[in-house]
Amino acid sequence: MFPTLIFVALVTFALAQVAPGSPFERNPDKPLPPSVVENLTRKYGLDRPIHEQFGIYLANAVRLDFGESIVRRRPVAEIIGQGLPVTAQLGLQAMVVALVVAIPLGIVSALRQNTIVDYGSVFFATVGTTIPSFVLGIFSIYIFGVALGWVPFVGWGSSCGVLPSCDVKRMVLPTVLLAAGPAAFLTRLTRAAVLEAVRQDFIRTARSKGLRERAVIFVHALRNALIPIVTIIGPVTAGLLVGSFFIEYIFNIPGSGREYIRAINSRDYPVIMGTTMLYALFIVVANLVVDLTYGVVDPRIKVGR
Amino acid sequence: MATATRPVDAQTRSIELNALARRQRSLWQDAWLRLRRNRAAMVGLVVVVVACLLALFADVIAPHDPLDVNAAKSMREPPWGDPKYMDPSHPLGTDWLGRDILSRLVHSARISIVIGFVPAAIVFSIGVTVGLLAGFKGGKTDNLLMRFTDVIYAFPDLIFLIVVMTSLRETEFGKVLGGLPLMFVAIAVVSWSGIARLTRGQVLSLKEREFVEAARAIGASPTRIMARHLFPNALPPLIVATAFSVPTYILYEAGLSFFGVGIRPPTPTWGVMIFEGFSVFSTSAWPTLLPALCISVVMLAFTFVGDGLRDALDPRMKL
Repeated sequence: MFPTLIFVALVTFALAQVAPGSPFERNPDKPLPPSVVENLTRKYGLDRPIHEQFGIYLANAVRLDFGESIVRRRPVAEIIGQGLPVTAQLGLQAMVVALVVAIPLGIVSALRQNTIVDYGSVFFATVGTTIPSFVLGIFSIYIFGVALGWVPFVGWGSSCGVLPSCDVKRMVLPTVLLAAGPAAFLTRLTRAAVLEAVRQDFIRTARSKGLRERAVIFVHALRNALIPIVTIIGPVTAGLLVGSFFIEYIFNIPGSGREYIRAINSRDYPVIMGTTMLYALFIVVANLVVDLTYGVVDPRIKVGR
Repeated sequence: MATATRPVDAQTRSIELNALARRQRSLWQDAWLRLRRNRAAMVGLVVVVVACLLALFADVIAPHDPLDVNAAKSMREPPWGDPKYMDPSHPLGTDWLGRDILSRLVHSARISIVIGFVPAAIVFSIGVTVGLLAGFKGGKTDNLLMRFTDVIYAFPDLIFLIVVMTSLRETEFGKVLGGLPLMFVAIAVVSWSGIARLTRGQVLSLKEREFVEAARAIGASPTRIMARHLFPNALPPLIVATAFSVPTYILYEAGLSFFGVGIRPPTPTWGVMIFEGFSVFSTSAWPTLLPALCISVVMLAFTFVGDGLRDALDPRMKL
């Protein structure tokens, strides 16, 4: 996992280096006096050799210190930290919605293969995996926000207690939309996994020894169908992170995804690099957790050594 | 696909099959027949062909210059809008700068098709070459490839693309043709390892088979074995993967342009149109909704074709 993080750090750092333009040349009509530029260069350590700068950057990044935003003059960690709870809430909600919708839907659709339910869920899975969340977002803001006026279509509401927001009305649309892609993917996968599992010999054995259908499905089929589903939680987490950029941007939700897009638009490299690093860390950890879960879900797989 | 068959259907089907069985068919003819029977895939194929034609003849089809700004005629409504603000010379209305939306949509198809197919071709050639070498020769190439894919495994391509596009957009190269070549390179760099890995996997299992052994026994050179024996046999899953990658690249362009780091305005693309239209979305939605609709249709079409190709080329592979 460390090679991944160092690689990501190297790439973001290198690209920030080759990007033309200096952060101190905001206004071409009024260039800063050379002495000021020199002071600023020294202040941000830009006069040191590049490998040294990278070393310093890495050492600081380990302590979650990503420097200061060039545009907003605040520590990057603070900017990310402010948005992170919102993104986390949105992401977790979406994850729960996706799992709660997709797994039962996939199971039902596999057990009732080639019925209306099955066709419906396959259709949902195709649309959800194909059409990007921001396009779905635009359609649903138009339908539910503009045309029908059911939900407010921007913002996130104020915090209450521990949660960044309790404004259910505002949260419904973004959460559902962020969940749509992963849910569609999971539905497709669950359906395929269950279809595969119920054709196995041990299911026939379970049935022929007179086990109740419910026990056959829930105890024997699902336990085995669950393995490929667990493996996909890592990529799903990554998908939720990327999806949150679009959803937070469209709905103007003050999460770290929106901050990321803002930083991209103003070419605020410290924020871009910091957020990218943090997301890389997040994805790597999610994959590690998934790898460790294999052993629990499927005792045949031994982890480690 | 197991569909409920009525007796008559089964009968005609068996006659059909008997007739077909008399002629020998190659894998490709067989796959084409299967693809032709898949209605969704054929609809998708028609849409893709139409989009390609639009892209090819955009200059002829588009009623106006897509870049023609006319402030006096901004925000004309489409036919289903308020007739008071309609303009017969702009069938789908105009955007906030008075540019003809229909013309912009048609020209966007050009960018989308190009951004879908060109990187796919680059990725295919690089990926297949590296994958063949890594799988067949093993050793250093193999090690390097696997290391690389391990390192970037599961890291979202889009984040890499965002970072690459953001930092290189302002370079000289990034300004050529509205940023199109930069995007080709960026997508190729980010995506080649997937195809390479897939090819490698195919080659690893194929190279132990008897026909490769036979080829080697009669003295075929490694290059010949790779090009004439391994590559054609590894092709079906690669075609499927490439078919699915085309809409992915179209989506990357739309997403990046939507964030303002993709193709440079004023070059019209569906992503750019959404990006530009979104600021006036709550008052007038059509300049955003129309490109969004186009993206959806094209994405669905490519997915149907991809699904159809997968079912046609590899009946065992089902998801």
